[in-house]
Amino acid sequence: MAEVDLIIIGAGPAGMSAAAFAARGGLQVLILDEQPHPGGQIYRNVAQNRSKRGFLGQAYAAGTDLVDALDHPHITLLTGATVWRLDKGPQVTWSRGAKSQTTSAAHVLLATGAQERPVPFPGWTLPGVMPAGAAQILMKTAGMLPKDAVLAGSGPLLYLIAAQMIDAGSPPQALVETQTFPQMLSATPHLPRALFGLPTLRKGLSLIAKIRKAAVPRYTAASGFHATTTESGNILFSFRANGRDQRLTCGLLLTHQGVIPGTHITRAAGIEHYWNAAQGAFQPEHDLWGATDQPGLHVAGDGAGIGGAEAAASAGELAGLNILCQSGRLSSDTRNQRAARARAALFRARAIRPFLDAAYPPPTDILAPSDNTIVCRCEEVSAGAIRQAIREGAQGHRQIKTSLRCGMGPCQGRMCDATLRGLLSEGKASQPISPPRARSPIKPIALGELAALSPPQEEPA
Amino acid sequence: MNVASRFRTLPETGDRVQFTLDGAPASAPAGVTVAAALLAHSGAWTRQTVKGAPRTAYCMMGVCFDCLVEVDGTPNTQACMTLLREGMTVRRQTGLRDLNGGHCG
Ligand code: FES
Repeated sequence: MAEVDLIIIGAGPAGMSAAAFAARGGLQVLILDEQPHPGGQIYRNVAQNRSKRGFLGQAYAAGTDLVDALDHPHITLLTGATVWRLDKGPQVTWSRGAKSQTTSAAHVLLATGAQERPVPFPGWTLPGVMPAGAAQILMKTAGMLPKDAVLAGSGPLLYLIAAQMIDAGSPPQALVETQTFPQMLSATPHLPRALFGLPTLRKGLSLIAKIRKAAVPRYTAASGFHATTTESGNILFSFRANGRDQRLTCGLLLTHQGVIPGTHITRAAGIEHYWNAAQGAFQPEHDLWGATDQPGLHVAGDGAGIGGAEAAASAGELAGLNILCQSGRLSSDTRNQRAARARAALFRARAIRPFLDAAYPPPTDILAPSDNTIVCRCEEVSAGAIRQAIREGAQGHRQIKTSLRCGMGPCQGRMCDATLRGLLSEGKASQPISPPRARSPIKPIALGELAALSPPQEEPA
Repeated sequence: MNVASRFRTLPETGDRVQFTLDGAPASAPAGVTVAAALLAHSGAWTRQTVKGAPRTAYCMMGVCFDCLVEVDGTPNTQACMTLLREGMTVRRQTGLRDLNGGHCG
């Protein structure tokens, strides 16, 4: 591989857009992604689906341009590459085909995106309960449509997936939404700002109209989720809505409570993080260009704070321009001029966020679930056990980890850190809880592979 | 333990890939992950936890590690991150939690 000026981790909208701008400006770019195809979760398999699966909609198909722009002589794309270590330098180590290798570059852009917020309740570990986004990935990558599914939770993605399922001829059996009328009311002051993102707002309304037209039953202000399995393997879903206990039997229960930045890599890199109260998640500190407090490390896209695909592409463009400037390929004046378009696009794309964050917040019984709920899926630790440990004096993520093994399994806390924070902050007004530590390897890696890792100076071809 | 798949696979034209699941022949469209193939095949569990609880692929994006199965003799393989190949031998697994002598932070 030729000398690399910029390594981009993550081939979603932010990474793809940054790669294109940096490469056009003359930099040699290496882009690494864990998945078999570029696109990120939002545009998964978009280039493979050019002429099929039209039910995924136009906003999805728009991702094709970003993938096509990767076809540039200065861009090397490696898919199936899992980054598991990041060192000062910066220097990136990744595993691909059961072999690890290390490369350095003057700049590294972390564009690793978001994950769905864990939605814990009794029964969420059963086969048949899944994140709605996971079902959408199956629609995009395998043409698999959820059968007889209930969509439960809140947020715009729930409407989008419902609409895609309707268009694909497999409408959801029901939509069970947790947002309440007071929450909607509290979001209205953000509406004027949201008007700057009018097309997004319109699209949301058209999704809701489609769901109405398809006569999908809707429940709102739902709470107290609980799932069990019936004899035939179906899911019996109970919850409370409209002042009554409700029960639905379904093949699949698809849950969603928004997405949160995936911050294992940015935390392991030593970047400062802060709690974004409106979005209920930690995110890395960065400037207007995505530069961080760590030399050579930049962030863009949902991993830097949730903004959605369009915001991510604009943030990627800004990071790309800034890296060109720092590499001496653009003067700061030119960078600033050329950034104007992306800045305006970023502003429009983010305008609707405060409204969405206020209207569709994760409910408290998901953030801090009932005692009989499994919180750590890997080590099977319940909320009750965690509350007990807190009563006995455990104070932070670290102490609960060591006493209960919560977060010590292969997912490394990705499925429980958010809930652990919810339980730790229960009953405390605003005590700041620092983000949990993340360490290399940030993804589990076989010991043999660690041992066989060739030193960076003898980089394999 | 026969649970019907919770998904309907679109009848798109294309090649199919043959594999075995716990020794029994099965097939799935070419180009899908092992996790997708397993979910298209059945709605039942593909892994049991140390405590014997049933699990199957959950996040489909490499985050949760609930999709661990044995692929071609290698246990604890992330099925959602592994593309299905012709002739693969897939086994559901029970009890294991450490990755392949691997190390979990
Ligand atoms: S399904 Fe979550 S890691 Fe594979």
